[in-house]
Amino acid sequence: MVGGGGMGGGLLENANPLIYERSGERPVTAGEEDEQVPDSIDAREIFDIRQCRARAGTESLFLYFPHLIRSINDPEHPLTLEELNVVEQVRVQVSDPESTVAVAFTPTIPHCSMATLIGLSIKVKLLRSLPQRFKMDVHITPGTHASEHAVNKQLADKERVAAALENTHLLEVVNQCLSARS
Amino acid sequence: MPKGSSLENPEPRTRARGIQLLSQVLLQCQSLLLEKEVVHLILFYENRLKDHHLVIPSVLQGLRALSLCVALPPGLAVSVLKAIFQEVHVQSLPQVDRHTVYSIITNFMQTREEELKGLGADFTFGFIQVMDGEKDPRNLLVAFRIVHDLISRDYSLGPFVEELFEVTSCYFPIDFTPPPNDPHGIQREDLILSLRAVLASTPRFAEFLLPLLIEKVDSEILSAKLDSLQTLNACCAVYGQKELKDFLPSLWASIRREVFQTASERVEADGLAALHSLTACLSRSVLRADAEDLLDSFLSNILQDCRHHLCEPDMKLVWPSAKLLQAAAGASARACDHITSNVLPLLLEQFHKHSQSNQRRTILEMILGFLKLHQKWSYEDKDERPLNGFKDQLCSLVFMALTDPSTQLQLVGIRTLAVLGAQPDLLSSGDLELAVGHLYRLSFLEEDSQSWVAALEASGALAALYPVAFSSHLVPKLAEELCRGELDLAKGDEPTKCSRHLRCLQALSAVSTHPSIVKETLPLLLQHLFQMNKGSMVAGTSEVIAICQSLQQVAEKCQRDPESCWYFHQTAIPCLLALAVQASMPEKEHSVPRKVLLEDEVLAAMVSVIGTATTHLSPDLAAQSVARIVPLFLDGDISFLPENSFPCRFQPFQDGSSGQRRLVALLMAFVCSLPRSVEIPQLNQLMRELVELSCCPSCPSSSTAAAKCFAGLLNKLPAGQQLDEFLQLAVDKVEAGLSPGPCRSQAFTLLLWVTKALVLRYHPLSSCLTHRLMGLLSDPELGPTAADGFSLLMSDCTDVLTRAGHAEVRIMFRQRFFTDNVPALVQGFHAASQDVKPNYLKGLSHVLNRLPKPVLLPELPTLLSLLLEALSCSDCVVQLSTLSCLQPLLLEAPQVMSLHVDTLVSKFLNLSSSPSMAVRIAALQCMHALTRLPTPVLLPYKPQVIRALAKPLDDKKRLVRKEAVSARGEWFLLGSPGS
Repeated sequence: MVGGGGMGGGLLENANPLIYERSGERPVTAGEEDEQVPDSIDAREIFDIRQCRARAGTESLFLYFPHLIRSINDPEHPLTLEELNVVEQVRVQVSDPESTVAVAFTPTIPHCSMATLIGLSIKVKLLRSLPQRFKMDVHITPGTHASEHAVNKQLADKERVAAALENTHLLEVVNQCLSARS
Repeated sequence: MPKGSSLENPEPRTRARGIQLLSQVLLQCQSLLLEKEVVHLILFYENRLKDHHLVIPSVLQGLRALSLCVALPPGLAVSVLKAIFQEVHVQSLPQVDRHTVYSIITNFMQTREEELKGLGADFTFGFIQVMDGEKDPRNLLVAFRIVHDLISRDYSLGPFVEELFEVTSCYFPIDFTPPPNDPHGIQREDLILSLRAVLASTPRFAEFLLPLLIEKVDSEILSAKLDSLQTLNACCAVYGQKELKDFLPSLWASIRREVFQTASERVEADGLAALHSLTACLSRSVLRADAEDLLDSFLSNILQDCRHHLCEPDMKLVWPSAKLLQAAAGASARACDHITSNVLPLLLEQFHKHSQSNQRRTILEMILGFLKLHQKWSYEDKDERPLNGFKDQLCSLVFMALTDPSTQLQLVGIRTLAVLGAQPDLLSSGDLELAVGHLYRLSFLEEDSQSWVAALEASGALAALYPVAFSSHLVPKLAEELCRGELDLAKGDEPTKCSRHLRCLQALSAVSTHPSIVKETLPLLLQHLFQMNKGSMVAGTSEVIAICQSLQQVAEKCQRDPESCWYFHQTAIPCLLALAVQASMPEKEHSVPRKVLLEDEVLAAMVSVIGTATTHLSPDLAAQSVARIVPLFLDGDISFLPENSFPCRFQPFQDGSSGQRRLVALLMAFVCSLPRSVEIPQLNQLMRELVELSCCPSCPSSSTAAAKCFAGLLNKLPAGQQLDEFLQLAVDKVEAGLSPGPCRSQAFTLLLWVTKALVLRYHPLSSCLTHRLMGLLSDPELGPTAADGFSLLMSDCTDVLTRAGHAEVRIMFRQRFFTDNVPALVQGFHAASQDVKPNYLKGLSHVLNRLPKPVLLPELPTLLSLLLEALSCSDCVVQLSTLSCLQPLLLEAPQVMSLHVDTLVSKFLNLSSSPSMAVRIAALQCMHALTRLPTPVLLPYKPQVIRALAKPLDDKKRLVRKEAVSARGEWFLLGSPGS
């Protein structure tokens, strides 16, 4: 760890994290421009839906919730959740004909207290962005979080998700993660 | 001199009023005052400064009026200022009066500089006391200006340097937010810049300023960091080693920390800029012989802290480190040498140590960054060039990258090769041969399009520098490949061979960047075109078009050099014409390949070659050419064509076959691209023939070409009798043709093109013709065509009537057309019968769509009711253009639009299930833009919209779903906490 003049933004727990390449914009294919050809919903599409969440999310959290980011490491870096590998396209499973989506996300450290919030944001974004026919499952990548089971259970419980969204403070945080305007 | 009793009144308020009156009078007539009067007044006012505090503001106003006097005798300015410094406690006055004091000082500094300097440091000290504690931004701007002048005009600061610094630096960093509805319009940025000008104006502040800057860079406030880094950057322009010496370690530590850790790109950019200026400043200073060179130790520090990060290409700090090193290296040739001689060997070694493609790519990209910096400095002595020592290693590394399977690494390799090639005298002929070999191989890579596009670009850039290497190593290979392609094509089409053939053509045009290479590639391409039409093989349309496109690209590359341009024109045009004329000859055995040249698409490709080869000709050369080509078409004079034994005469305008008539398009391409000053022989005859042909019902493409050619020539003719005659000719023909008969649509086409030619040059007759065109909107037969015609009027053509082809195109013609004709269109719409109304809407849509949006926006509210009606029109074109007009309007004028929210919501939702994908997308974008309207207006619609937008989430097209997702997401956020 270099630097840390003492008075500046404090020392980072992990100043030089491993970074991953960011995938570019999805190129528009000729098939997508053809009126007749139907395009099925695929993993990349779900990933892109979440990706914009991830980018906007880190930034807005950074801007508005300094007290929250103290407890986690990711938003300390000007990197997206994708670059930190919190979200990956390979961890998205989707079947358009069967109307199912499964998304796994990986907290950067096993004790990340934001895991539930990240999961909740992903879940809400999917609820808002996917047709109603889809059954969605958001969970932590197995073996990457200390209280993986508890978080997964919360995220799978429809009533608890609904209740969480009636909590104005939580809804505010989630909305901030989802707001593209930040 | 009248002195009324009120000036001596014992009541201070009355005295103040009296003096105020006097001061206002003086302000009006200060230029008329005589020296004697001024002396008298000054004495009076100076004395009044001792008066009651209520009187002081009026006294100051009087002094301000007097400070403007030209007749002020020497010595009085100093005495006024002394009196003010002594008698007035400025900071206890109201803002306006403080401002008056600053004005007096400013006025004197502008006119009495020498006198004030006579005061020595007392003046500076007096001013420090005046401004100490100033809080109003309006006054601060003036005060900062005065301090800046004090320093830059070299007033004596005496022992008060630190005081002057304190009295200004206490405002740093500026923290000011203008109040809402601020009438003074002072922005935070104004204050920041004027304070920065003061702080960075002298090296004498350095010892006080640098610690302050370091402290503020270390603070937690983003704006303070940015301001400090930018101020440091500004200071480096006037500082030297002496000022920076003691602070370099701290400055480097702060900058390094910011670049390594920051979350903000602006902090990073400003940090790098500051480091760049620091290094530049250290490089610039002249040293005494015995002094230590700070640059070396500074750079060694940077290297020490950054070097090891370069060895970890996967980690986050690799790029910040590289950027820091590059920022320093970009500052001077010396810094560049120092850093690259250290870093390049390390990076070369690391490249070999790491085996993964993505790691190598990161390392090579860093190397590329350092190499690019070398281009900034020119080295006179060849042996001194620091890159020479690394040349072999760099080359072998680049060639490794070029053969790597990873496209990303290849791409960086290609860019690096181009940068190495751009270094003068670096690459040997052996290196070049290898490089050309690699580029040749990459140009034929099948899988990934990025690499070969990059390879072609690099070939073009390098060919311009090393024409010999390319013509000896690359062009022969391509020629061979082309021959093989001919044989393969003759055997039958295989898709891979076809694409190889295409790549070969593209490579040939890509390397034609040097005149000597063009002299080899152009004959090859023309020869190939001849072969394709020899009848020995079946040439498809697409192959011929590919050759034409290649020729067109060569022509484009020749445009920059007049000699190549003429060479191309002289060589290619007769060839193309000969081939076309040959193909147009009626033949007994109708062999297929010859007719390929007469297909519309092929002709269009040839048109663009001829146009490109003509636009950049000098007028006298163009005149030579026109003297041969016009007689070819009018008189069948084929003498200048290379192969000119044809079975019968070429007479496109007489009774020639329809094949011959089609070639008028080639004549059009040529004559419509000529410079305006070139005189066209037999113009009169030519124009008459063109009008005649344009209304000939037999072949639509040749009559359109004739109409375009006529319009193109018309546009360039100078105003005068000849132009009027031609116009009359056209109008007569059009009117005759539009009457019921077989050639109504041809007459309409002629009308349309002539109108366009005139609209572009603001010809007075254009409004009359446009009116005629508008009348046709209600024509049952021509109405829809006329509506589409408005699209042509407003758009830019590619072949005729272009600015590049020297046509007279006024910049604002679209705006003018809009203002002149839209009211009539709207009126026509209201008056028209129900079945032709869509024609008017469509015409209007075309006009609105092509207009620049900033011009359109202020006009749209008046058209709003019409646009809302157009949303219900069943025509897709109208829907789409209306939506694209409304979308920016929603963003720019939400208040106006919120009156119509009910209509908008229901229409947009309706259109979001249109059968046309483009309409669905545009409707959803409008739904998204609708969220910019005031939230209270939208909230009643929120549940309905969110329900309705669930449907397009399951649209069969991904692009539609994408818009639905973002629109629905925004609607969810409306009125919700945290949005």
